[in-house]
Amino acid sequence: MGFGPYFLLASLEGLVTAAVLTLTALGLSLVFGVMRVVNVAHGEFFMLGAVLAWAISTAFAGHPSIGFAAALLVSPLVVGGVALLAERLVLRRLNYDPEATIVATIGLLYIVQQLALTFYGPDARPVQAPFNIRVTLPWFGYSGYKLAVIAAAIVLVIATWLVLTRTKVGLVMRATQYDRETAQAFGIPVDRVYAGVFALGAMLAAIAAVLVVPIQQAHYLMGRDPLLLSFIVVIIGGLGSLRGTVVAAVLIGLSDGIISVFFSPTLAKMLATLLVALVLVFRPQGLFGAATR
Amino acid sequence: MTDRRNVSSIIRNPISRRSALKGLAATAAIGTAPGFVRYSQAQSSAPIKIGFQAHRTGIGASYGRWYERTTAAAVKLINEAGGINGRPIEIITEDDGTDAARGAEVIEKFANQHKTDIVYGTLFSHVVVGSAPAAGELKMPYYVVSEGYHVASGKMNRWVLQPGITDVKAQTRSVAPWITSNVGKKITMIYPDYAFGHDHRDFFAPAAVEQGGEVIAQIPIPPTETSFTRYFPQIPADTDVIYHVMVGPAVLTFVKELGEFYGGSGPALFGFIDSLEAVDINSPGLEFLEGSHFWEGMPRYLQEGASEAEIAYRDAVGLDENGASVNDPKDVSTNAHSFGCWETLYVIKAAMEAADYKGPEDRAKLIEATEAMTEFAEGKEHPQGDKVFNGKIHQCFGHQNISVVENQKLKVVHRTSIEDGMYEPEADYTTQTL
Repeated sequence: MGFGPYFLLASLEGLVTAAVLTLTALGLSLVFGVMRVVNVAHGEFFMLGAVLAWAISTAFAGHPSIGFAAALLVSPLVVGGVALLAERLVLRRLNYDPEATIVATIGLLYIVQQLALTFYGPDARPVQAPFNIRVTLPWFGYSGYKLAVIAAAIVLVIATWLVLTRTKVGLVMRATQYDRETAQAFGIPVDRVYAGVFALGAMLAAIAAVLVVPIQQAHYLMGRDPLLLSFIVVIIGGLGSLRGTVVAAVLIGLSDGIISVFFSPTLAKMLATLLVALVLVFRPQGLFGAATR
Repeated sequence: MTDRRNVSSIIRNPISRRSALKGLAATAAIGTAPGFVRYSQAQSSAPIKIGFQAHRTGIGASYGRWYERTTAAAVKLINEAGGINGRPIEIITEDDGTDAARGAEVIEKFANQHKTDIVYGTLFSHVVVGSAPAAGELKMPYYVVSEGYHVASGKMNRWVLQPGITDVKAQTRSVAPWITSNVGKKITMIYPDYAFGHDHRDFFAPAAVEQGGEVIAQIPIPPTETSFTRYFPQIPADTDVIYHVMVGPAVLTFVKELGEFYGGSGPALFGFIDSLEAVDINSPGLEFLEGSHFWEGMPRYLQEGASEAEIAYRDAVGLDENGASVNDPKDVSTNAHSFGCWETLYVIKAAMEAADYKGPEDRAKLIEATEAMTEFAEGKEHPQGDKVFNGKIHQCFGHQNISVVENQKLKVVHRTSIEDGMYEPEADYTTQTL
């Protein structure tokens, strides 16, 4: 295979990684930006989204696209509900104390993971893609569904951006992020904003998971990698910065795709980690993050 | 803030007499509950305790579940037939989390806390390699059902044995002649980049060359990989056969992406069923496997002309004719490996009887009695087939099956001879002191 097609394949693979990563990291970034909570259980919300997608899509007979559509609707809602419950029962009771919430979300991580093992089991289970189109290129074939994932992620990121910048909900969220006390003084129900943001963050992870599960299968340990990569992306992009998260996710995703095709996947991970270290040393607030107030 | 006060008030409250009594009662209740470990010494009529190191959680959990079921079925039969030397077997299961460090801890727990007679059971090679030194130090017989070459290589110690399943080196040597003469001579290998995959890499290539074949590319894949398309461009265009062996949840992705990449054309496939243990061949995306070949230790699907012993074994374990659980057709077994649990338990039984095993003081005698064994006859104790055992390298050698995916089922098309897999032993454990 010549260099051109090889590079095309690498870029496509990188874009798929970037698409899923953007959505997952966006959720993590949002939760940190607004609530200052480092959600270690974020990867488990991702996993839960995938596992539920399997459960929902297998409950529907008929064309796989029906089950998939149902999963895309219901799974994020359920995961959002679980997150809401966790926020009310755990995070709020800890007063969102940064250290306590890290420990609490580690606990949450294990609880969700072990519950998935208990009720879903240890097997990796596939979800059928809503459509099975093989895009035939002159040099190789490529999954049409993967291209759709890239498109869906772009649409969702734009939608999130519109919500944050153009709606009242977004304004309230940004106000809370900027200054919690002043927001409260202006009558913004900070408490409810927190709950909503935590649920929204989890839902973004769940949507990413539903999109990825026809490519990757649902497995109870699948939350680890997205969590790690999301943290890398969020640190590079700047915690709480939407633009930074998107840019960093595309950067990491594409470089992961291209470097691992031409060199080795281990080198790609090493470079990503090195980038994190460099960013932390030379620009601790991240590429696009605002300096701490 | 009210919540905080509540938390601290609980901490500050002194323990009342009532709650202390409740606690005592609860502790006593746990002590008498069934299954709780009592720290008494084994009596001569007491059960023989076998510590079962199981992959209940972690990446090997699908295997662990079937290893447990197969073990339970075999133990039930052995106990119904009078146990070992008139004593019943008691299985004590501990989860090793499919983790090497945890595996070693589990061995110590069996030795010091449960006081088991022996330890048995585990599959994943890194757990065996991590646990073996602990077994050696504690002088604890450790019977593994792992199939890696580590036992036969001589790198473990005299307390580690693998009498129930053929190792990877012998497996690859057995299938190599068939691949080169029936599927193709130019072979590209795709394997996981750790010990188990390296066994395939190191032993298949020379075996293929001996048979006039050629391994033209070797593509290692990191064990945590979730996407594979990026590796496919490395497969040379003149490849006849892709030899694939993958373990872990990502295998479905692997096959699906291979299908998307090549479409209808592309090289033939030969895989190790390890890739698809506990996975339904009918899963969406696996249509691409139709017509491809697999190695199987023991056939998953009930074959025509299966022996009576094999049918009895399948019934006892609870396998339907598709190799899934009789209770749930979606719960697919790991039968190509888990049969090894059954056979290992019967080897343990035979060895304990030969050694007239009475208790932990006879552990050395048990090892020697196992080493003295040379062959196992096909039958209800060895339903997969007859085997040869080499006491010097603590490894057995059996027949291997090669199956084709036909109408989304696996059909055995070739059964190798034991000699196909034999190799020159590279070690002699019997020279080590016990």
